[in-house]
Amino acid sequence: MRHSNSGRKLSRTPAHRKALLHNLAKALLIHGKIRTTEMKAKELRRVVEPLITLAKRNDLHARRQAYRVLNDHALVKRLFDEIGPVFAGVPGGYTRVLKLAMPRKGDNAPMAIIELSRVAEPAADDKPARGKQTAAPQVAPAGETKGKAADESAPADALEAKPASSGTPKAEKEPGQDESSAA
Amino acid sequence: MAVQQNKKSRSRKGMRRSHDHVAVPAVIYCSCGEPTLPHSVCPNCGAYKGRQVLAKNENE
Ligand SMILES: [Zn+2]
Repeated sequence: MRHSNSGRKLSRTPAHRKALLHNLAKALLIHGKIRTTEMKAKELRRVVEPLITLAKRNDLHARRQAYRVLNDHALVKRLFDEIGPVFAGVPGGYTRVLKLAMPRKGDNAPMAIIELSRVAEPAADDKPARGKQTAAPQVAPAGETKGKAADESAPADALEAKPASSGTPKAEKEPGQDESSAA
Repeated sequence: MAVQQNKKSRSRKGMRRSHDHVAVPAVIYCSCGEPTLPHSVCPNCGAYKGRQVLAKNENE
């Protein structure tokens, strides 16, 4: 029976597995998007998404719980101050796993990209930063999304970061759906 | 040790192996025109579901 046998062992001892997943979680939070094997990416969701939930709770106990995983005060601060607010009001689905068609050379391991489903925009109150943010993901239908972002940013400039971030989820809604179908 | 009594004929060998074959991969055609696997990022253009995931030179 496979009762209570959730999770992947990844052919590692418990300590090795814990260290691996903690390292991957740090890498993902630092870079926002990392490339690893598909199985590691899928297992990493179980570590990173609870961290973001902690960041949304945003109290001292949550910070200490996150520190147990990250072991890095600067990164905990970044998680709580920059990444957590981006996901305010988002009910889960903080990460996205995209499979790559080409397996790894050498051991033919299926590879994937795991990324945070929303991009943290630095400060988001000045126009240049927002322009950079929309240009950075290099969206394929660039004309469409850029036009949308520009339309919204012009009147919404006086407001807060909220209207600006509402532009990006719109552009990212399609990939959001594929995650649920791929899972 | 168990030892076979008779040699397997070429015919028997072929019959046994008639079910041995490599699985044919499911192939779809990306919007860039190149063949790729379904539910995966295209290795040619780096796009998935209309979104550029990889920079073009990043996926090699
Ligand atoms: Zn393509």
